[in-house]
Formats: sequence, C-alpha cells, structure tokens
Amino acid sequence: MTDAYIVGVDMIKFGRFPDKTVPQIGAQAALLALDDCGLTIQDMQALYCGNLGQASGMVGQRLLQEIGQTGMPVVNVANACATGATAFREAWASVKAGLYDCVLAVGVEQMGKGLLGGGGAKVGIPKEGLLGSGTMPAVFAEAGMEHARKYGTTFEQFAKVSVKNHHHSTLNPKAMYQIETPLPEVMNAEMISYPNTKLMCSVNVDGSAAAVICSERKAKELGLMSRAVKVRASVLASDPWQERDLVMPDVNSCTRKAAKEAYEMAGLGPDDVNLVELHDCFATAEILHYENLGLCKDGEAGRLIDEGEVQLGGRIPVNVSGGLLSKGHPLGATGIANIYEVSTHLRGEAGSRQVEGAKIGLTHVIGLGSACAIHVLEKAS
Amino acid sequence: MSDKPLPAVPYLKIPEDGEPYLEGYKCGHCGATFLGERHVCSKCGARDQMSAVTLPNSGKLYSYSIVHRSFPGIAVPYVSAIVDLDDGTAIKGNLINVDPDPASIPFDMPVEVVFDDALGRKDTDGNAYLSYFFQPAASA
Ligand SMILES: [Zn+2]
Repeated sequence: MTDAYIVGVDMIKFGRFPDKTVPQIGAQAALLALDDCGLTIQDMQALYCGNLGQASGMVGQRLLQEIGQTGMPVVNVANACATGATAFREAWASVKAGLYDCVLAVGVEQMGKGLLGGGGAKVGIPKEGLLGSGTMPAVFAEAGMEHARKYGTTFEQFAKVSVKNHHHSTLNPKAMYQIETPLPEVMNAEMISYPNTKLMCSVNVDGSAAAVICSERKAKELGLMSRAVKVRASVLASDPWQERDLVMPDVNSCTRKAAKEAYEMAGLGPDDVNLVELHDCFATAEILHYENLGLCKDGEAGRLIDEGEVQLGGRIPVNVSGGLLSKGHPLGATGIANIYEVSTHLRGEAGSRQVEGAKIGLTHVIGLGSACAIHVLEKAS
Repeated sequence: MSDKPLPAVPYLKIPEDGEPYLEGYKCGHCGATFLGERHVCSKCGARDQMSAVTLPNSGKLYSYSIVHRSFPGIAVPYVSAIVDLDDGTAIKGNLINVDPDPASIPFDMPVEVVFDDALGRKDTDGNAYLSYFFQPAASA
C-alpha cells in the first residue's frame, strides 16, 4: 500500500460565528487548506466532511456549493467528538486503498453555549438530577474521581492541567482565548461538577479545520514533499466491554486499545513521541490520558503535571495549542484541528509555541459512546 | 392516569404486593450482569443465555461528582454517584442524605438502595413516578 501524506492543512481561528452557516464555516477551512498546498477544489477527488450538529444535513455537499461543485463523491461523517478525526481517517483510508490519490477532509461545528449532555426525556419524566447527572462535566468528573480513588489524584492536580493549557493558548493566535489563568483562579472559579470548575471545562466554540491528503506518488509529482507530513498510523476504536461502561462511559479502555494499535502500526513507542494533542474536554480527562497514551506509567499522571513534564519545554509537551480547554472544542472540527497543530510543529512553523526539533507527534480524540481516534504523524524526510 | 406511581426506569419493578426492587439480567455463559432486560450479552456475545435476577439493595460507592450546575429547574448541589452493588452490578443515581462535600463522601462508603417518589416529577399525563436513590448504609 502507498503511504499517505498531509500536504495541506489549516484551521480558522476558533470563535463564535452565529451569522454564518455551518457549510460557510467549513468552507473557510477548506479554502485555507487548499491554499496551504497551492491546490484547487478541482484537484480534489473526494470530500470527507465531519459535522455533528447537522449530521443529517448534507453539510459536505452544501460546503461544495460554497466553493466548487465538481461532482466529486462526498461522505458525511458523524462520530461524536471523534467526528473530525474519523472524516480524516476515511480520507486517509481511501488514499491508502488506492481509490484516490488526492482528497480533502473537513471538520466543522457551530455550537451553542451551555451544558452538553443530560438531555430531556422522550417518554416518562426527565432523569437529569434524579438518577445522577448525564451532563458532560459530571460524567468526566466521575471518570476523574475514579483516578482519584485509585491513585489519590487531587483537585489541585486536575486544576493544574487548566493552568498549563490556558498558558499554552496565550502563544496560539488561533485559540479562542489567550488568557493566563493562575491556579487559585482555576480552583476558585464557579464549581460546575466537582472537581471540574468552569475553567476546567472545554469551551464551546464554532470552528473548522481541513486537510488535503495525497498518495506518496501524487505528493512527489506535485512537488509538495518539502512540507508534507506522513501519516504513520491511523486508528479508530470503539469501547470494548467494561464492567461499568453502561453507567459510566469508559474513555480509558477505548483509548488504550487505540493507542496500542497506533504504536504498533507506526512501529514506535510513546518515548519516540515529541508532542501530543489529546482530548482535554475536561481537565480531569487530560490526566487520565497521560496514562492511557503511555506517556507515563499508571498512577504517575499526577506527578507528570506536578513536575511540568507535559508543558511546553518539558519532556513531552501536551496540548501546546491550548487544548480544548482554551483553544476551544467545536466537536466536529476538533480532530482535524489537532492534526493541524501537530503538523505545524513537525513543519517547524509553530512560532513562539514551537516544540523544538519535533519529529513525531500524536493526536487523540475520544467521543462518548464511544469512539477513539489516534493519529501518529511524522515530518516527511 | 395511574392511581399508583409508575417506575422511573424500566429496570425498577413494582410488584402488586411486596416491595419495589431493581431488576438485572445475568449472562448464564460469562456471568456478567446488566441493568434491565436484554437477550444478548455485550460482554461475551452469548445469545438467549440472559435471565432476570433481583439486584441487591446494598453496595459500595465507586465514584461520584458533586453537581453544582445543571439544567434550569433542577435543584443543586446534588451528588451523582456510581455504585457497585454487592453482586457486582454497576448502577448510577443520586446519593442522598449526605453532605455535598468531598470530605463527607469517602470512596467505598457502604450505601443502600432506597425507593421514593421521583422528586415530585410527573409526566404530561400527570402520573407520579417511583425512583431509586442511594444513601449511606444505616449500619455504617
Ligand atoms: Zn456473557
């Protein structure tokens, strides 16, 4: 099978765009990604479009109505918070399989403000606040408290994740926020669901990101190898059975399964990775994923954040983009935005937040339900 | 409109005579238990091996969150809890009669399942509902 390369990739600055349509927001990133490699929509053989909020709304086709209706095949993808990464992976798979040699993947989302999850009842009575909470801050708080019961992880350690990611975002002009949040401010912010305060919850924003993927032959033919990023591994997993997963969505075993397979596919291990963009939908979640992705041994995640190993300049910087906590989390766009971030570092184009000498990067997203996507990327040699 | 309360969830059973109880389904092949009726085991994939079991009314607190922000009209704070019942079945619900403070909520705290009105919530037909809650075990 051919190798597949990212030749163009970009994202819009995340924000709130109530006056735009979902296809319009997605089209902006698509054009940016095309411009990044100097190709046009006519050069694309297929579009894989990820969006959650209008999953039945033919967003990909409407996006082409904005920027060029070539008649190419369009696949619309929805897969919870792994939506964008799944669209990217479908695009990658089509190139790997030799079906196409130049395709476009787009992720886009337009979000409202407020709590996600724990919706109203279709029959009977509402269950929120009666049978516990289905809101996302509470669900991820419960997952964090599982780590606390095992390893004694503290509220302060969870909060430090937000301090770090908000700090990182001050170096990222495409993040929603660029604001320092010292530890007392994070811990004293409005408590949403203990131990997650408001500053430990990801930001609901609108956004889009896109990538152009080519076969090796095509990338060379187009003279695009100098900035190309090789996809060393692309893995998607659903949640393997766990004893509590029907009452406590399990983000751990799904991520561990995907990580193991991704490292095997890439032929490397966590020690070879120079930076990670992982799914910090809540500060509690990031702590879990240090261990799930093998960045440290089980039980060491608290130490990792305490000792600064995961901050810019540390042993293995995590979420130097600012992460979902501060860059923002437009559900369907997040997976490709992570890929943009890592690619930008591998290209040495990340400016003041550049992870020096980055050769290998890993992206991770997980959507409850569950779907976990991991990509391992490497600067083309 | 029913003159008796309806169950808040299908796995809460209210016998004509006798106490309400929670019902699980147990796999005869691998032993996994699940809340509510099913015919195929999602752990091992066995078909037609599931049988109804009455779940125990006691267990231990596995994990929790103290919810301070919820949807409009929902009283906060409250404790959202994951409980492992004594037979190993995991179940989620409100932990009541406890201070909403981490210092008062130790992991593995013994809890009991109690049945009570569903916080006054009624459906569009005006039916009342019976729900289940966890509280610190009386013997603890
Ligand atoms: Zn079974």
